[in-house]
Amino acid sequence: MTPDEWTAVRLSLLIATTATLCSLPFGIAIAWLLARRRFWGKSLLDTLVHLPLILPPVVTGYLLLLSFGRRGPIGSFLADEFGIVFSFRWTGAALACAVMGFPLLVRAIRLSIEAVDQRLEAAAGTLGAHPLWVFATITLPLCLPGIIAGAILAFAKSMGEFGATITFVSNIPGETQTLPALIYTLTQVPGGDAAAMRLTLVSIAISMLALLGSELLAKRIGARRQAA
Amino acid sequence: MSLEVDVDHRRGRFRLQARFTAAPGLTALFGRSGSGKTSLVSIVGGLIRPDRGRVVIDGQTLVDTERGLFVPAHKRRIGYVFQDSRLFPHLSVRRNLLYGRWFVRGGGGASADLGSVVELLGIGHLLERQPDSLSGGEKQRVAIGRALLARPRLLLMDEPLASLDEARRAEILPFIERLRDEAGVPILYVSHSVSEVARLATTVVIMAEGTVTAVGPVQDILPMADAADGGAVLDARIVRHDEAFHLSVLESAAGELQVPRLEAPIGAPVRAYIRARDVMLSLQRPEEISALNVLAGRVVSIVPTSTAQADIRLDCNGAVLVARLTAKSVDRLALAPGRPVYAVVKSVSFERS
Repeated sequence: MTPDEWTAVRLSLLIATTATLCSLPFGIAIAWLLARRRFWGKSLLDTLVHLPLILPPVVTGYLLLLSFGRRGPIGSFLADEFGIVFSFRWTGAALACAVMGFPLLVRAIRLSIEAVDQRLEAAAGTLGAHPLWVFATITLPLCLPGIIAGAILAFAKSMGEFGATITFVSNIPGETQTLPALIYTLTQVPGGDAAAMRLTLVSIAISMLALLGSELLAKRIGARRQAA
Repeated sequence: MSLEVDVDHRRGRFRLQARFTAAPGLTALFGRSGSGKTSLVSIVGGLIRPDRGRVVIDGQTLVDTERGLFVPAHKRRIGYVFQDSRLFPHLSVRRNLLYGRWFVRGGGGASADLGSVVELLGIGHLLERQPDSLSGGEKQRVAIGRALLARPRLLLMDEPLASLDEARRAEILPFIERLRDEAGVPILYVSHSVSEVARLATTVVIMAEGTVTAVGPVQDILPMADAADGGAVLDARIVRHDEAFHLSVLESAAGELQVPRLEAPIGAPVRAYIRARDVMLSLQRPEEISALNVLAGRVVSIVPTSTAQADIRLDCNGAVLVARLTAKSVDRLALAPGRPVYAVVKSVSFERS
């Protein structure tokens, strides 16, 4: 593999990992809100979270460009106040991936929070545990398999994200050129077939490793709960 | 400990309108399912916010809807043992037991350390196990221990034995008795079982359709509660065991009673619950009869329970006994208040309580 190809692989892993880890706390919080709370605008929030799943990725990418771009309202605010710039940076790619993977993340975590027996939480309350503490010691550990499943889904989605990323942050080698973007580029140039094939195999390997890893992790959690 | 409850709560078409005070010892909330017992303890425990009313424990107001006061469950220091033990499945028995200890601040409540609670409940061999691997009876004992170790000032027990079979119940009842007598934690105990209430309760609160219909000491209240299947509670003490015939001999105000062998030491106080339909009456002391227990008494009152039957209340040397007879027998023996009679009770008919 050429250095450019390695760069794309490393960049993809960095972007997918950053996107997954940074969206995880928000994903858990929103999943909890949707699973356990009744509030005004709940279905609106639910729809908003799921929107990237049904919108064409190019549309999501364009909306990100409009709001998080240099001249976008959020983008200019973040750049001026905190010096955080998304447009045409790898951080922007991570943001696009996080947004695209968010519905999958929230969905998996929400289902697992809904499956946690609320009577156990009530029991923890009668033992003197503050609701936040109940969440940390009872709810969170019990829905850990769902959190892991959601994180793996979001990670896999990020590894494959193309449309929103390329629309939002373009296809700049070494900065925003991820694995799928490089494969796409290679298929557009004569003689790029061999390289495209190599990267396709790399892409398949990473996805399968992620899936295997999550299976193993889920099994270990299950086994610990059963046996110990 | 004193607990005052006066609440009004509506849920759908059901209305709970209850008022009672509980004294130290074990207070049983007794009534059919659907009479509002569980809702009432949930209100005391802070799991339900009542529409209106007050809950006060030892002078501290936990709920006062008029003042908009509601202390959340985790700040009440009220232990709760649920019908389904609700052990945390991802924690070992030991960590389940110690869960509440993280949150105990300050003194007060029952002082309880892991060692003594484990000893009291006989769960030492279970500490490293996971809740999934425990039997129903073991789970309930761990749940009781977990509640105790949070050092509650009041323990709520919501039908803790209802999901268990007869053998498991018999296994746990002695632990609850020890809890009542040794741990010094006041207990509010929900049950619809006469034998459990007869055995455990100090005070009984009877509930029907969301209201409290009677409150008082178990001896006075229970015979009233069990109207459909009347009976009487006799306080007794074990005087000896008859090993040859697997019997225990009890001493009560009414006289000596022989009952199936009890697993308790000599001198231990026990309560016998004698069902009205298990008592026969005779005008003369019966001789050469298979029944082992013959108690002399005097008719106090005759209460018809239907056109064909009547409950005869007897005074046996200060103890109350109830016999359910047909109207025909009442007529044939010419029973009337004041008449001396002999009550015959078969040993095998004793409720093991």
